[in-house]
Amino acid sequence: MSLSKQDVKKAADLARIEVTDQEAGDALGPLEKVFALIEEMQQLDTENVEPMAHAQDISTRLRDDIVTEKDQRETLQASAPAVEKGLFLVPKVID
Amino acid sequence: MFGKTVKELGDALRRKEFSSTELTTAYLEHSKALNKEVNAFITFDEEQTLAQAKLADEILSTDNATALTGIPIAHKDIWCAKDWITTCGSRMLENFRSPYDAHIIKRFKECGAVTLGKTNMDEFAMGSSNETSWFGNVKNPWDLGRVPGGSSGGSAAAVAADMTPASTGTDTGGSIRQPAALCGISGLKPTYGLVSRYGMIAFASSLDQGGPMAKSAEDLAILLEAMVSFDDKDSTSLEKPTVHYSSMINKSVKGLRIGIPKEYFSDEIAPDIQNGVQDALKEYEKLGAKLVDINLPTSPLSVAAYYVIAPAEASSNLSRFDGVRYGYRAPNYSDLNDMYAKTRAQGFGAEVKRRILIGTYVLSHGYYDAYYLKAQKVRRLISQDFAHAFKTCDMIMSPTTPSTAFKIGEKVSDPVQMYLSDTFTIAANLAGLPAMSIPCGLDRNQLPIGLQLIGNYFDEAGMIAAAHQYQCATDWHLKKPPLHNV
Repeated sequence: MSLSKQDVKKAADLARIEVTDQEAGDALGPLEKVFALIEEMQQLDTENVEPMAHAQDISTRLRDDIVTEKDQRETLQASAPAVEKGLFLVPKVID
Repeated sequence: MFGKTVKELGDALRRKEFSSTELTTAYLEHSKALNKEVNAFITFDEEQTLAQAKLADEILSTDNATALTGIPIAHKDIWCAKDWITTCGSRMLENFRSPYDAHIIKRFKECGAVTLGKTNMDEFAMGSSNETSWFGNVKNPWDLGRVPGGSSGGSAAAVAADMTPASTGTDTGGSIRQPAALCGISGLKPTYGLVSRYGMIAFASSLDQGGPMAKSAEDLAILLEAMVSFDDKDSTSLEKPTVHYSSMINKSVKGLRIGIPKEYFSDEIAPDIQNGVQDALKEYEKLGAKLVDINLPTSPLSVAAYYVIAPAEASSNLSRFDGVRYGYRAPNYSDLNDMYAKTRAQGFGAEVKRRILIGTYVLSHGYYDAYYLKAQKVRRLISQDFAHAFKTCDMIMSPTTPSTAFKIGEKVSDPVQMYLSDTFTIAANLAGLPAMSIPCGLDRNQLPIGLQLIGNYFDEAGMIAAAHQYQCATDWHLKKPPLHNV
């Protein structure tokens, strides 16, 4: 397969990572090497193989929908970049 | 006090030969001095450390002391520890002070262990050399021009240089075993689900597993007893009866069937490693074990499958770093989307960004079946290979790595060369099997060689016993790096 600079920029946009034209170009070479390694999988016949999503075939444990944590708003917001009146501040989204 | 194992230090503390405060103070001074050269620690917090030591001394004066009471332990900086700066090796979390304790941190506290500091690591545990850390690379105590391995490189180097009696690490594709091998220490990745991931900053959730790193297998047993416990805050934590690993270390290896996978003994392995591992296998035969040839035919594709699955999970896990609730936020931006994009561009390093891009790409529309689903199928086959092999053997042994510690800078420009240093360790993560690395020799440059043991599910006790028997018969685990004599 061959990756293009556009592919890199599209993935970066989806991942919300700013990349310059130069950075996307520089990323291309190493990424192509990684995908060449990944492509080795295609040689293996995996017809009728059940995909394995997790390290062990266990079903996720569920718990009752009850409050278990006490209110720690101030503690948890202490490391937020911007907070006002107990709310996380972000740039204006709707005019 | 230095050069002693956790076992020896614990005995001495309970005999009142010295106090935890004396021991901890000595280790703090020693580590801080050596850290200028080795860079194994990101954070020391003397005040919190000594407060814990004081508390431990109070417990030591009662009958409630455990094997770990008063022992200083260094934690990989991936574990959240209340009121400690917890960086995960990233600029993104450079100033993040954790508001809570990871489950294992809480467990160590309950045992009376002392947090000596937080160790350096590859950024978000993505790396095999510690060169991706925002806080500078860790240096291998055996040769300061070489890497300690990664991602738990700080934890491994700190134990090797005796900057701490023991440490914790995490292993997603080899991140405990590969640095343990390169630094000449013992390290264990437990069966997936045994050690709670609560408070471990997530990389690839279906593969991540925490474990101990120490000077001996016996110490691994002591630490593992503290680390293994059911935790309802981790939905994949397994409820299992308590195992007293340290009381089972004397089990003989007589009759143990050791599987030798031919795929792990290729010509690409350095000759000194081949010889070191063969000598170890001969030692096991002398101790009464039997060698059995086995096949793991899909294992050569484990690196390929891993570099789809791990980045895919990482791209999802790392979406939480958006500059809103915690961590870094870019200083200048035009709107919300621009804030996300600039924050993540500046907060993440090159390797982390590369893996997020790979993960985003393989999960994106039109590629899911060809990459992610395919990798999950390969994962199934790798797991089945092991199940098949364990019908004819009890444990698998191989080299931990294809080469000993490489030079700083040697592999930074070629990610694939870097990824291949985990070629023998990744399969155990994909299958969720327990695996460990113990020192089994030195190469021609006096660099440590690691022997990998892969066990069947929940056979940590058997593996630790097998490692302990080897360490009773040999002295490779006692070899010290030249730095130690400085």
